[in-house]
Amino acid sequence: MGPEGSKPKTVICRCEDVTVEEIRKLIEKGYQTPDEIKRLSRCGMGQCQGRTCRNLVLQEIGAATGREGKDIPMSTFRPPTKPVKLGLYARARAEHEGGDDR
Amino acid sequence: MKSAADVVIIGGGVNGTAIAYNLAVRGCRKVVVLERHTLASGSTGRCGAGVRMQWGTEMNCRLARDSILRFEGLNDELEYDGDIEFKQGGYLILAYHARQWEQFQKNVALQESLGIPSRLVSPAEARKMVPHLDLGGLIGATYCPKDGHINPFKTTQAYAEAAARRGVEIRKFTEAVAIGKDASGRVSRVVLANGDEIETRVLVNAGGPYSQLVGRMAGVELPVHSERHQILVTEPVAPKQGPMVLSFAHGLYCQQTPHGSFIMGLGDPHEPRGFDIGHSWSFLEDVADKVTTMMPALKEVRVVRQWAGLYNMTPDAQPILGEIPDVPGFYVAIGFSGHGFMLAPTTGVLLAEMILGQKPTMDISMLTIERFARGELIREPSVV
Repeated sequence: MGPEGSKPKTVICRCEDVTVEEIRKLIEKGYQTPDEIKRLSRCGMGQCQGRTCRNLVLQEIGAATGREGKDIPMSTFRPPTKPVKLGLYARARAEHEGGDDR
Repeated sequence: MKSAADVVIIGGGVNGTAIAYNLAVRGCRKVVVLERHTLASGSTGRCGAGVRMQWGTEMNCRLARDSILRFEGLNDELEYDGDIEFKQGGYLILAYHARQWEQFQKNVALQESLGIPSRLVSPAEARKMVPHLDLGGLIGATYCPKDGHINPFKTTQAYAEAAARRGVEIRKFTEAVAIGKDASGRVSRVVLANGDEIETRVLVNAGGPYSQLVGRMAGVELPVHSERHQILVTEPVAPKQGPMVLSFAHGLYCQQTPHGSFIMGLGDPHEPRGFDIGHSWSFLEDVADKVTTMMPALKEVRVVRQWAGLYNMTPDAQPILGEIPDVPGFYVAIGFSGHGFMLAPTTGVLLAEMILGQKPTMDISMLTIERFARGELIREPSVV
């Protein structure tokens, strides 16, 4: 049991602290694509951009709807692949322009 | 298959769902929303999530003020089981040259006259509000505490679910491909991609960035075009920025969301018209260069994701709301020019009132499409 007798929760997205129970609730309400689930729950919007939870969400959708993973449209993979500091991009710009070493 | 509806709305973004909800609340029986992908997948879900009362034309000020007051009570009005995440940290709008400062003084005077609690602030005071703001070149700023951030996905969900509970049929993954008219030229039916038809005498174009394509289905050339705007979001960090920071001189906006992440975007004056929603490397460098000059502490914050969306622009940067005279029954809520999300609660009410022939909450006759033929354009000066 969790704190104060609450039910144990299974975290599906570690970056954004989203539980599988939350995902199932959305699927039950009719949000049955990875895009909708990502946008409503933040699942996969964190630092790792869904590296782990993406497949778990697909499995949950598949289990609830009987669809196969390959038939479910994935959400768009967006850059950067790994988080990058804003200062680094600013320095890249300065280097293109030459001289400025901010 | 053939079916019939009282009103069909094309577009399941925040405006389409808000119009549907407001029609249902006012007793309209059979309302159908057609969305070709998922709710909020067009411009709504790609927007910067900022809302502000601080505008430069009387019409935009009135619409935005009314809308934000409605947002304040929206969780309750829609009996939403989630939270639209309204953070009213204000907008701090920065002036970097004399002409801009002059315009801002006019804007604040206009806003005050309309009951908007904005005011002029000195650079020192701006620094107090945003401690990591660099004051280089800053002449002054304006601030309104009512402005802020709202989650566009959740807002659309809240409207859609409230509409559905009142009997609205929301059809995702359903694309309209043609619009039929009767002998008098009035809207009579919508044809879907699968060949199904819905008979209707009222059709609403809430197609966001694709509204001109919907217009062509009805045989109307709408005076709007779409253009890409890019945006990024960072990792969440401890709360350090209350207000949205906005600079028209840089074309930049940057706000910390209640989640802790920063959302920022940049207008590009050279962006060509079109439907491209791809992302570019140069955007990352441009926005990083500007934002870290303005707020150097953000150098250490990491970008996690970039994307793009489309503004649906009109020649005066104000929306077109109302019935198209040449095609009776064809209503538009389009051309929001980058501020469609923040105006949605009011747009929903106004369109529902118009369609049902009720007395409008506010006079928006100047926003009909006829203004372009008459040449009565009042250009909104405060757009990123």
